[in-house]
Amino acid sequence: MTKKKICVLTVLGLLVPSVLAQEADAISGADTSWLLVSTALVLLMTPALAFFYGGLVRSKNALNTMMMSFVALGISGTLWAVAGYSLAFGEGGDWIGDFSMAFLAGVGLEPSGTTPHLLFMGFQGTFAIITAALISGAVVERMKFVSYVVFIGLWGLVVYAPVCHWVWGGGWLGGMGALDFAGGAVVHVNAGIAALVAARVLGPRKDYGREALLPHNVPFVLLGAGVLWFGWFGFNGGSALAADGIAALALVNTLLAPAAGIFVWTLLDRFTTGKITAVGIATAIVVGLVAITPAAGFVSPGGALALGAVGVIPSYYIIRWRTKTSLDDSLDVFAAHGMGGIMGALLTGVLATTAINSGGANGLLFGGGVTQLGIQALSVLAVAVYSGVLTYLILKLVGLITKLRADSSDEGLGMDIVAHGEEAYATGEGAVLLNESEAPERVNGLTKKD
Amino acid sequence: MKLVKAIVRPSRLPDVLRALYAADITGLTVSRVRGHGGEVEVVETYRGTTVKMEMHDKVMIDIGVSDTFVDVAVDAICGSAATGNVGDGKIFVLPVERVVRVRTGEEDVAAVTPVR
Repeated sequence: MTKKKICVLTVLGLLVPSVLAQEADAISGADTSWLLVSTALVLLMTPALAFFYGGLVRSKNALNTMMMSFVALGISGTLWAVAGYSLAFGEGGDWIGDFSMAFLAGVGLEPSGTTPHLLFMGFQGTFAIITAALISGAVVERMKFVSYVVFIGLWGLVVYAPVCHWVWGGGWLGGMGALDFAGGAVVHVNAGIAALVAARVLGPRKDYGREALLPHNVPFVLLGAGVLWFGWFGFNGGSALAADGIAALALVNTLLAPAAGIFVWTLLDRFTTGKITAVGIATAIVVGLVAITPAAGFVSPGGALALGAVGVIPSYYIIRWRTKTSLDDSLDVFAAHGMGGIMGALLTGVLATTAINSGGANGLLFGGGVTQLGIQALSVLAVAVYSGVLTYLILKLVGLITKLRADSSDEGLGMDIVAHGEEAYATGEGAVLLNESEAPERVNGLTKKD
Repeated sequence: MKLVKAIVRPSRLPDVLRALYAADITGLTVSRVRGHGGEVEVVETYRGTTVKMEMHDKVMIDIGVSDTFVDVAVDAICGSAATGNVGDGKIFVLPVERVVRVRTGEEDVAAVTPVR
């Protein structure tokens, strides 16, 4: 039984204090310190994602793209405290939690495992935030900002919270023994499939396939990938929920898998395109990190190297293939997170070993047969189907209330000016200061025509 | 000899280039410029500072052509750069005294005839 599972049971135990009170461990200062740091590290991943995505789009959409990540900090963070945490980690049943901890009722400083319950809620909240923000990469440069905000708000409650419950909150997949250390299925397959569906529902950008849509700032992309990696040590290392050997294992595996991923990616790049590219390495880091996420605390360091090396290969070819199709998953969220997550989840069923973590299971290569692999495949399939169908329904629902896409002319002008009335790289040339009384009536950031 | 100076929307540039190439006009210079032509103003706010952006990003295309190619170039640009909204740009046609191709020293029409 994993640490996470034990912790969850403890959380559930809190609901019936008299029964399990004595089983709950005392709070450990060491474990709490590490989880405090990890929570901050994972939160930093969302601004890092903003830079990663922001660098990949055209300059006229840089702010809008970065805002799609930043706004998740507010929307998904708030809704997590309001109801998301309770729906994910409330007792509920096999499929979804309940509202017993809505508005953080009963979530206090009492121990949950060896750390304060409130801290566990906060740590999990940072996961909910970045998962929603990940989807934005599929809809950038064309989705209306307000529609996006409504979409990720609903998505966090209707898709993320239940799937989180299935695996970590005492639901059916966790009960079945699915191994997902830090969110291969819950975070990455979930967001990757949602992105795929969202890209299809919105349709391609008007210039997609007609002209080159190039990254406007590759240094931002590298900066984002680097800071994502830094934050990911908290994402995976913190998921041990303790400052112990398993945390060390997860952290080292998080170092090694992307390293091996970069290694293989550069070889593929070199022999496919003739050049080793910066955007390629940044992508390899992210895919390697995604792939190790479900396995981080269950495989040996050697296993992590193998997993990183093998795990990135399908994503490389999917990206190459996708750009030639009509599927405008603009920043390849499916290829990086969906496919990376699927590879990671499946390879966990191959490479996991109880020799390194007795709380895990044995995979195909360690005498576990195909049982674990089958469970892993089922978890991927279940998450993919649920996320795909619900994402489609939510988008259609939002589409009934407001338009999902910006007008074509606004798309040409750029989403920064249209949605936010700001430019990423405003020079100030030709800017005339307006007093409050002079400010003209605004229509989408443009002044109304006389 | 004429100099065709066209100011167009940046978002139309790929189409304009495609149209010019299709019309066999391949020698040109492109620069990013900012200007104002009476289009809708953009209002931006930065933490309480509200400004009206009077200058808009545009792209200027300079093309030296022989007299027979002036109409071809103008038609190609008009056909590809227009969106129908205020702010689509302008085309100026200017007389040119002399053109020299640096590499060969060829002058005038020979200098603006594309190399095959």
